[in-house]
Amino acid sequence: MEKIVLPDIKDLHLIDVYESNGGYNAAKKAFTQTSDEIIDQVKKSGLRGRGGAAFLTGLKWSFMPKTTDKPKYLCVNGDESEPGSFKDRQIFEFNPHQMIEGTIITCYAIGAKIAYVYIRGEYHKWIKLLQKAIDDAYEKGYLGEKMKETFGTEFYCDVYIHKGAGAYICGEESSLMNSIEGKRGYPRVKPPFPAQNGLWGCPTTINNVETIANVPKIIEKGWEWFSQIGHPKHPGTLLFGVSGHVNKPGVYELPTSTLLTDIIFNYAGGVPNNKKILCVIPGGTSMPPLRGDKLEGVKMDAESLKEFGTAIGTGGVIVMDEDTDLVKVLARIAHFYHHESCGQCTPCREGTGWLEKILKRIIAGNGSTSDLDLLITVANQIEGNTICALGEAAAWPVKFMVERFRDYFEKKVSKEISLPVANKVHSMRHTAFPLADVKK
Amino acid sequence: MEFKFTQENLDRIEQETKKYPVRKPAVMAVLYIAQEQNGYISFEVMKEVAEILGMTTEEVLGVVTFYTMYHQKQMGKYHIQVCTNVSCMLRGGYEIWNQVKDKFGIDNMGVTEDQKFSLEEVECMGSCGTAPMIAINEDYFENLSKEKVEELLESLKENN
Repeated sequence: MEKIVLPDIKDLHLIDVYESNGGYNAAKKAFTQTSDEIIDQVKKSGLRGRGGAAFLTGLKWSFMPKTTDKPKYLCVNGDESEPGSFKDRQIFEFNPHQMIEGTIITCYAIGAKIAYVYIRGEYHKWIKLLQKAIDDAYEKGYLGEKMKETFGTEFYCDVYIHKGAGAYICGEESSLMNSIEGKRGYPRVKPPFPAQNGLWGCPTTINNVETIANVPKIIEKGWEWFSQIGHPKHPGTLLFGVSGHVNKPGVYELPTSTLLTDIIFNYAGGVPNNKKILCVIPGGTSMPPLRGDKLEGVKMDAESLKEFGTAIGTGGVIVMDEDTDLVKVLARIAHFYHHESCGQCTPCREGTGWLEKILKRIIAGNGSTSDLDLLITVANQIEGNTICALGEAAAWPVKFMVERFRDYFEKKVSKEISLPVANKVHSMRHTAFPLADVKK
Repeated sequence: MEFKFTQENLDRIEQETKKYPVRKPAVMAVLYIAQEQNGYISFEVMKEVAEILGMTTEEVLGVVTFYTMYHQKQMGKYHIQVCTNVSCMLRGGYEIWNQVKDKFGIDNMGVTEDQKFSLEEVECMGSCGTAPMIAINEDYFENLSKEKVEELLESLKENN
């Protein structure tokens, strides 16, 4: 299987090696076409965002206004803070120029003169690596005003790194824009959407690092080629980051629709000591977890995972063996979202804290059966009632973990302890967005 | 205590502001530079940063308090960050957290008396595939075991 984003070529991070493997030819090809033709090809390729929501990339680009007096911006999202995801750093380290080339093509397609690559502050090493690659690209005339000569075009663009400073929420696109503007990273109310009102009120597109890294290959090899890899409705490859209880954790680039069992047992080497799997989170901690006894036939793409009541997220697969204490894991997840809630919306700010407290009560041995209903009630009160998707991200793992592992959780609580009963109406409310069409 | 940027850092700040159409967005980078020079972000630092970038001190304070990587007190020479999020937790993150805590007798955000070590429990650092991990200042140490952590901490203790 051919790899698109992380091919096995030695020293590909060096600009000379990248060039000798056909690097920056896709950008040259792109400049022989109009920006509409580029957007059209990306649309036809079916490329979808790799940052979590799997939104159609070409469609997103087409939202950018064609005629405007305002400058346009591109943000490349490398905040990568979702627990279980560690793919973007591989791109910064092993194939940064493909991302830079993708940035050039994207800037040209949407008409942006400036691109900001937002990288989380903890990634000091990878920021330096990418900065080196950007400097090299400037020197060779692939970026900045020298582009005019190199590519023989009127268009040029600049790429800057904006370093974050430790906030999970800044991976959310509107929060990321506030952070670039030098403000607290609060998510914005949508609409207006970034394509109308983004950075400094100007049209802005935000794409994930991995999404952008796919673009040069689509232009180089054609959309037909790309659209035939993996699932027809979610084509291409994904960087699956496998972690937790597996023998060979790491990032594996595989076509979409690869079987989850294949990823865990063939690529990641199975579970240590041949233990059974209790639970798998398929796409980073925000995504609804799957039961270990229901992994047969689970295919890893946005469309197939809907059928199994979960979503692809960032492709960060976390495997837990039979000896894992799920209550502790869930309490740790709840703690994370409580810590990372920005505090703007009351349901999230307060609700995430309640989820954590209830789970800690269960760990302390003081949990009651009604606590399990209470968890679902609180989760339902958060979901759909917040400005950004952190509400869902905090609610889903708790709600679906308790629902799907009810038998497990009931053993961890006491029937003897009686507490005021949770609001049953809320605990039965159906999930609002966007898993509404998911089968239970 | 009054705070002034060194000339070298002032030049770096000017470079940073050139990335953006206005000066304010450079605040995040400028705060990193300030923290590097001063060790932590004091009220005087915030006043100076605000002055340079044409912001109010309150706006700068808002940024400092929102992001976890800006410190309002002096941390140790070696700032040890232990990840205990799910992927690390499953591979022994908490054992390492307790080990470091016991070794220095400090808790989360604590600093040793000699100002050499400080400790922070951090959220996912993007090292899930190489868990468990700790970061010391800017460097990641991955695929750790208790023995490796012990060795690492001892080598820092000897280091001045």
